[in-house]
Amino acid sequence: MTDTSMTPPAPGIRTFDYGSDEAQARVKRRYQTEARFKLYGLLAVLFAGAFVFILLADIVRKGMPAFFEHRVVLTLDLDASLIDPTGRREIDALRNGDYNKIVMDAWRANFPEVTQRAERRRLEALVSSGAADDLRAAVIRDPALIGQKIRFPILLSDDADLHFKGLSSRISSAPGTGALDVKINGREVELSGSGQPFAAILADVKAGLMQDAERIGAELARLPASQQGGNNAALDARRIELAQRVAELRRRAGDVGSAETIDFSSMPSRIVRAEGASIRLQEIGASSAKGFLLVAPQREISRIDSWTVATFATPESNRKASDADIAWLETLNGRGAIEKAFSTRFFTSGDSREPELAGIRGALIGSALTLLVTLMVCLPLGVGAAVYLEEFAPKNRFTDILEVNINNLAAVPSIVFGLLGLAMFLNFFGLPRSAPLVGGLVLALLVLPTIIIASRAALKAVPPSIKEAALGVGASHQQAIFHHVLPLAMPGIMTGTIIGMAHALGETAPLLMIGMVAFIVDIPQAITDPGTVLPVQIYLWSDLPEVAFQAKTAGAILVLLGFLFVMNGAAILLRRRFERRW
Amino acid sequence: MTSLYYALMIALALGAYFLVRSRAAALAGGQTLHSRPNYHGLLAAAQVIIPMILIHFVGSVLSARFVEYQSLVAMDPALLTDELRRGAAFREIREFASGRGAANATQALQAGAAMYAYLAALTNWAVLGLGLAVGIAMSLFSLRSISGEFRARNRFEHVVRYLLMACATVAVITTIGIVFSVLFETFRFFQKVSPVDFLFGTHWSPQTAIRADQVGSSGSFGMVPLLVGTLLISSIAIFVAGPIGLFAAIYMAEYASPKFRAWAKPILEILAGIPTVVLGFFAALTVAPLIREVGTSLGLSVASESALAAGLVMGIMIVPFVSSLSDDVITAVPQSLRDGSYGMGATRSETIKKVVLPAALPGIVSAFMLAISRAVGETMIVVMAAGLAANLSFNPLDAVTTFTVQIKTILVGDQEFDSAKTLAAFALGFVLFFFTLTLNVIALAIVRKYREQYD
Repeated sequence: MTDTSMTPPAPGIRTFDYGSDEAQARVKRRYQTEARFKLYGLLAVLFAGAFVFILLADIVRKGMPAFFEHRVVLTLDLDASLIDPTGRREIDALRNGDYNKIVMDAWRANFPEVTQRAERRRLEALVSSGAADDLRAAVIRDPALIGQKIRFPILLSDDADLHFKGLSSRISSAPGTGALDVKINGREVELSGSGQPFAAILADVKAGLMQDAERIGAELARLPASQQGGNNAALDARRIELAQRVAELRRRAGDVGSAETIDFSSMPSRIVRAEGASIRLQEIGASSAKGFLLVAPQREISRIDSWTVATFATPESNRKASDADIAWLETLNGRGAIEKAFSTRFFTSGDSREPELAGIRGALIGSALTLLVTLMVCLPLGVGAAVYLEEFAPKNRFTDILEVNINNLAAVPSIVFGLLGLAMFLNFFGLPRSAPLVGGLVLALLVLPTIIIASRAALKAVPPSIKEAALGVGASHQQAIFHHVLPLAMPGIMTGTIIGMAHALGETAPLLMIGMVAFIVDIPQAITDPGTVLPVQIYLWSDLPEVAFQAKTAGAILVLLGFLFVMNGAAILLRRRFERRW
Repeated sequence: MTSLYYALMIALALGAYFLVRSRAAALAGGQTLHSRPNYHGLLAAAQVIIPMILIHFVGSVLSARFVEYQSLVAMDPALLTDELRRGAAFREIREFASGRGAANATQALQAGAAMYAYLAALTNWAVLGLGLAVGIAMSLFSLRSISGEFRARNRFEHVVRYLLMACATVAVITTIGIVFSVLFETFRFFQKVSPVDFLFGTHWSPQTAIRADQVGSSGSFGMVPLLVGTLLISSIAIFVAGPIGLFAAIYMAEYASPKFRAWAKPILEILAGIPTVVLGFFAALTVAPLIREVGTSLGLSVASESALAAGLVMGIMIVPFVSSLSDDVITAVPQSLRDGSYGMGATRSETIKKVVLPAALPGIVSAFMLAISRAVGETMIVVMAAGLAANLSFNPLDAVTTFTVQIKTILVGDQEFDSAKTLAAFALGFVLFFFTLTLNVIALAIVRKYREQYD
């Protein structure tokens, strides 16, 4: 050794000076690469974590409104002649009472000024069509209420509910300056005052017009250029139209002090509120304005000293709730008649076309029935198969095929299992469509590989000494396995089963194939009744156009995730608690 | 009827079990038994249950066919050859027989329904009677066979062994079922549409008109646009999931402290456990509008159901899949290889890039293939976030459609079972099954071939 180190380097072998600047720089570079590489890894993990967080936060934000509903508390006159004309208090008679009239009379009494047909219909549409059913249920529960006047919460429609959940339009409110003279002629109102009380509002309107002009100007700039020799007639016409609109808007915006007429299809609405009245401004000048009386004042007024003006940022034609709707609802809210409550309905009622009445009970029961079938089928089959493959199977060709087959089955797309269910269970065996029975069978086949693999791992983890000891004292092979090995493997098997069940609970695609997507209001009572399951319900709701169903969808997702969380948590707990390391 | 049958079966089995067990126990007082009384009882119960289940299963399948045939004959013999009307007619018969049918039923329908009601009751009672008779006979047989030398335990264990084998065979039967149900319908599809048109046609519009003389009555079934759409979305997914999953796996396996692992692993598991319908909702309502907004502000035209949104979310869906499989293979690389590399003065990242990853490459490749197969077969995300229009486009901002979306679209709702359109869904299913199966087999083969290299 000493010899080699003493000899000078042989020709052809390069020597390095590790202290040189060049080498130091290289080392530095290598360490930078190292740090960068590590950072990439960390970023990848953090990205996945951030996605989970954003996803959950987004769904919680969208889904929380689904758990609450808004109701208006009204004093109802439970007139015996409407509910039970015979006076005998028979259930059938009570069922047929005209509860809708009671509810609607009490509701309309809030706004006596609404007499025109179309307007009245709008007003009535703010109350849910299920409100009368609630009253019916309450009366049947307690017939002694008949003839009394009771305070009763009436469910609002989805549009009204969305308004209170802040999902319809942004509303900003500002106090008005100066006193106003009010002239009311039917529903037409003229407001005027000294000292230009509307100047600020008018300036705001003009600023809005300027913004519109800029927006349309940007659209104009984005239009493609005319092509030489091409047919540009439509394009040119559009360009001219937009340019004219921009010029017109700029002119109006620049003409300070001139009166403006509000176009409710493109401009924010402004509502003056005073003395319980709501007036929608239609023509705004600096010192006077004309408007429409949406809600009548509590008493006769000719002059108001303090007033507020509310601005609804979204133009009326771009939202479901009209200005009148919002004015009615806000008036009631001001009177303290609106209450927000936890929506038990979401958990206790079945599906419905009306968003405010729709609930997940049917889907929950359907999921429970489906999972029950899945569990009953795949637990015995899975454990049996695992025991056979692990303990009894001879090592031959057939067993090899079985093993490869199970591994491949685990990776078959779930929708293909749906095709199997459709072709086999529905068309060949003639089992009922949309039934939890078929859904359960399909899901059982789907999660069978998972359970077999998990059970085999659990059986393998039991040390052979246990079995050998049992065989040594004279147990038969099967006695050794069923009396000793299997009980010890049970926690592992259960963990695998719960994870498989969680997988089955979240599965959607194969169930679409076997018709569990029908709109079903009734709650399934048996495994052969038509039903749906929670993930399919989520899919169905997500497809509906009503905004209110979006919240319902996210709410149902939260419930589903809650169940999955509990199941996976149970699996982890079971593993920690009972799994033994040998 | 079914519940009555099974209630009787359980009652008979319990009766046989207790009766035989007590007889055997009584016998045990006088002589030594080969098997304990319990096994005599268990064998008796099994001898009742197994034949009765078989009888019920075979009996109901056979009798259902028989009843359908006879009641259709009673209604109108011409129905038997008319595949299309046959199913509808039989449904009508059943509806009418159960009392929910229309009041203005035709004479023929009434005759069919009467025949149906009569034969259904008759066959039900026949199956019940037969099952009961066999059950009782088997109980009596078990009672008679009790004796000291009777090897009840060995026999019972024999039965159990076969039952366990049957359980294991279910997995194979499932595969065979999938292959046959899909293959059979695909074969019928190819009788209507030529395989060349299907495999290489570039136009997909399965809407067949109701009347033969309408425009577009033939429908066209070229699967190339679907294949391109599927591959486009899957490649976006793998471009997202590949780097993120692999880097996450490297970090978790090589760098992360045990404490960090204890936090990060569950998060990846949560991601893996989120149902795809939830991810689809997120893709359709949050990611897609976001991409559209960003694209529009950059002056691009983005379809509201762009392939990019579906692909991105699908990529994130398969991140945990890639990372956990890669994590396993990276951890499986023997420590001695790393130590050798460190001994040469390599940094950690150099060791990973030059030694660990090449050693783990077969496993990582197979993980990627499994991930692709998962992405290709994924349904809900694309159903909710990708489009329906079969555009032949490679632009990720366009709306494209996939195999799974088309299968779902065709098969959800009312279908006439014999149309080319319905059968096309099965043909697509077959392509999907074949594609994913091939990927899997290759992935498993790669792992198997290179597994023992470093052991």
